[in-house]
Amino acid sequence: MNSIVTSIKSERLVIVGNGMVGHHCVEQLIERGVTGRCEVHLFGEERQRAYDRVHLSEYFGGRDADSLALCEADYYARHGVQAHLGVQVLQIDRARREVVTCEGRQPYDRLILATGSYPFVPPIAGAEGNSRLVYRTLDDLDAIRAAAQGARRGVVVGGGLLGLEAANALKSLGLEAHVVEFAPRLMPVQLDAEGGAALKARIEALGVGVHLSRATQEIVIGEEYAYRMNFQDGEFLETDLIVFSAGIRPQDALARAAGLELGARGGVAVDNDCRTSDPAIYAVGECAAWNGSVFGLVAPGYSMARTVAAQLAGEAHAPFTGADMSTKLKLLGVDVGSIGDAQGATPGSKSYRFIDEASASYRRLVVSPDGKTVIGAVLVGDNSYYDTLLQYAQNGIRLPAEPSGLILPVGEGAPALGADALPDTATICSCHNVSKGAVCCQVDAGVIDLGELKAATKAATGCGGCAALLKQVFEHELSARGVEVDKSLCEHFAHTRQALYGIVRVEGIRSFEELLARHGRGHVGCDICKPAVGSILASCWNQPITDPALIPLQDTNDTFMANMQKNGTYSIVPRIAGGEITPDKLIVLGEVAKKYDLYTKITGGQRIDLFGAQLHQLPDIWGELIAAGFETGHAYGKSLRTVKSCVGSTWCRYGVQDSVGMALFLENRYKGLRAPHKIKFAVSGCTRECAEAQSKDVGVIATDKGWNLYVAGNGGMRPRHAELLATDLDDETLVRYIDRFLMFYVRTADRLQRTSVWRESLEGGLDYLKEVIVADSLNLAAELEAQMQHVVDTYECEWANALKDEEKLKRFRTFVNDARPDPDIHFVKERGQRRPARASELHLIPVAEEVV
Amino acid sequence: MSQPTAVRVESPSARAAHWRPLCSRRDLVANSGVVAWLDGEQVALFHLPDSETGEQVFAIANKDPKSGANVIGRGLLGQLKGDLVIASPLYKQHFRLADGGCLEYPEQRLKVWPVRLNGDAVEVGIE
Repeated sequence: MNSIVTSIKSERLVIVGNGMVGHHCVEQLIERGVTGRCEVHLFGEERQRAYDRVHLSEYFGGRDADSLALCEADYYARHGVQAHLGVQVLQIDRARREVVTCEGRQPYDRLILATGSYPFVPPIAGAEGNSRLVYRTLDDLDAIRAAAQGARRGVVVGGGLLGLEAANALKSLGLEAHVVEFAPRLMPVQLDAEGGAALKARIEALGVGVHLSRATQEIVIGEEYAYRMNFQDGEFLETDLIVFSAGIRPQDALARAAGLELGARGGVAVDNDCRTSDPAIYAVGECAAWNGSVFGLVAPGYSMARTVAAQLAGEAHAPFTGADMSTKLKLLGVDVGSIGDAQGATPGSKSYRFIDEASASYRRLVVSPDGKTVIGAVLVGDNSYYDTLLQYAQNGIRLPAEPSGLILPVGEGAPALGADALPDTATICSCHNVSKGAVCCQVDAGVIDLGELKAATKAATGCGGCAALLKQVFEHELSARGVEVDKSLCEHFAHTRQALYGIVRVEGIRSFEELLARHGRGHVGCDICKPAVGSILASCWNQPITDPALIPLQDTNDTFMANMQKNGTYSIVPRIAGGEITPDKLIVLGEVAKKYDLYTKITGGQRIDLFGAQLHQLPDIWGELIAAGFETGHAYGKSLRTVKSCVGSTWCRYGVQDSVGMALFLENRYKGLRAPHKIKFAVSGCTRECAEAQSKDVGVIATDKGWNLYVAGNGGMRPRHAELLATDLDDETLVRYIDRFLMFYVRTADRLQRTSVWRESLEGGLDYLKEVIVADSLNLAAELEAQMQHVVDTYECEWANALKDEEKLKRFRTFVNDARPDPDIHFVKERGQRRPARASELHLIPVAEEVV
Repeated sequence: MSQPTAVRVESPSARAAHWRPLCSRRDLVANSGVVAWLDGEQVALFHLPDSETGEQVFAIANKDPKSGANVIGRGLLGQLKGDLVIASPLYKQHFRLADGGCLEYPEQRLKVWPVRLNGDAVEVGIE
């Protein structure tokens, strides 16, 4: 091909567009050394640096612009790229080879257009403001969030890939979501009729309304909601906001104005080198039209970016000759996959179909007319077949004798394509074009860590769809080279936490030393295995954690039964079960806090946290609290924290059950249970869900017939909606299911794994969990309940236990040979309370305690 | 528990100008740490009654250089690649008990003292 041999020193290169493809282009230029030789200017219309649009809906799930960003804030500057963010390019002056921006003119020798696309909004009368939202940028998402304030229902126009993503976003904002699609099925581009029907069934089961073959004629003011959408046949749907996701259009306005040639259906026309009709200008990504087609996926855009970067680097380059539009997605939690000729449009092709109407699963395999290779596939409901099918399709691998086996339910002898069956040329990661051969090279070069592999090859860092396959290939290659794949807890135990739990139970092991001697290495252990084993021993046998043999295993918080803060002082959280407290006990908390000058704050779990106690003060403080009837709140432990509740039917006009009573019962039952990580509960007295139970590990919501049980939710860093495990339970069944759920988690989770992450790692997912907990498929329920009952029966307040024992109290001394407090702890007053002094404030503090 | 009062246990580098009693053996906590006051300095004492090389005591500075808080004595004892280490309870970096070196941040180093069990007394060496 036409590699450039002349030196391009001091060349000026301008890139317009800082989306995923524009960013990838810069990455490629940096990697290939072009930025060292050229002056590179990058213009982005949005304020934020390039971010991951593939995972945009996670913005409502707690991720912010920074965590979605594709690079560190100083990435461009560090590599000598001049980034102009929030600066729109207004015009390309091809005659003078300059781009015109609001900041002025920037000359270029070569120009790369990566301007992407914009959402298409059909011209509908009355679409404006909150009835004309789109879903493309972070600003769009902010607008949707603002519109969702106080809204009850939201409609997405467009049932394609992005439309369903948008519906998911509306759902995660708490709206009742509806999808309106013009075509007679969902995802008309990727799915066939049966696939579309299966997807519709699944999505409707999630509570999302699906309205097919509907064309919106006009939008008028609604009666019950803000707007009414009138359809072609006299039907209508009311809603508070409307998001249009009816397809994308290439953003080719700059090119159009500059007189560049365009594709028949829009987009800047490019050749196999991604060059436009002006040889100094390239176009990549969704703004480019190759052979008349625009590619609306990230992988083809990345491939174009690589083609251009290689040319600018003077390297031999692979021409861009179209792209595979196969996709694997999770839309609203439903697996959807589409490979190659999904609709079976190739003349003479034959199809195999698997339809499971009971669970709304659908799979279709399209094979070539000669029946030898896979040319397409459709998957709805289960993408575990995708990787294998894609490899068959991309690499022309000969079909097995019975091709239908490839889409039949696993467990019936489906001939899965193992990692070893893939040729070296097989593409593992299509976003970053990483082949199996490239992975093997890294393994040969000594890479034995998956994170290291990802950093070196970038595999699985694009859409992430290939992560499972990458791990499989990587572990297979390691094993093939005799490297043992390490799943050890730490250097002392070559076992997972789950395996150690089994050993402790089966062999009846009751001490760390015994476990280490029999199944570990060395003599001491470390700060990873000691607390993990301490937690397992506590879960199994529930001995007091203050036992001399157990003390050395605990992290400092468990050892001193309080939460260490940044200056070495502790905070104290007495249990206030269900958030219910008498005025007398509230007064005691206030008096104790006042006496010891403790900073006082209400926690998110309906308790009161008292900060700033020194080690030697803890027994005195707890003595007073226990005398007033308090007990430890286990805020320091990997254990049950709180059961949050609303006031329920006792006070609330909407309540249908006594949520406080149930919360008290549950908190008192499970307090003290040691687990792989902390556990939070909530109980709501009606469907209004004021206790926010669906963000908890265990959430209980009252119904007029009993209780609905939700599990494995999470707030915090990675929020996750809890999932409905069982409905309309009576009190006794509810408790039995919670017993089983918690003990099954304690038994099988990894160290420091919350229930949400554990649940996601469970093979078989929620269905499997339901089988184990509700249907007792493992015949384990009685054992789990008995173990829980043992823990409940042996509960003892750890602080009450410690206060009875002079030996144990000896540990609560700041200095073993001196009664003084730690002289290095300093406080300052702020808003009427004391807080730790900052380093900059220290010189202001008079040294008051220079003791003799 | 019987205590071998006649046996003198010294840390590997136990050489000192003079020995200063800090506390009693009963103040130590097996396989864990306590803190003693030494003329304005804070000394974390770790006791391993039954290590591979027999009974051992270590004395190491109590101030965690990363947080500036006096918390090392409340850390978790462990062994990494053969070295006995203490993990700071706040940011979990590890310090070697033998020489105070930090595994993760070489620029952080804690002072260590020679230490011995002399009968019932825990003694540290003073320059």
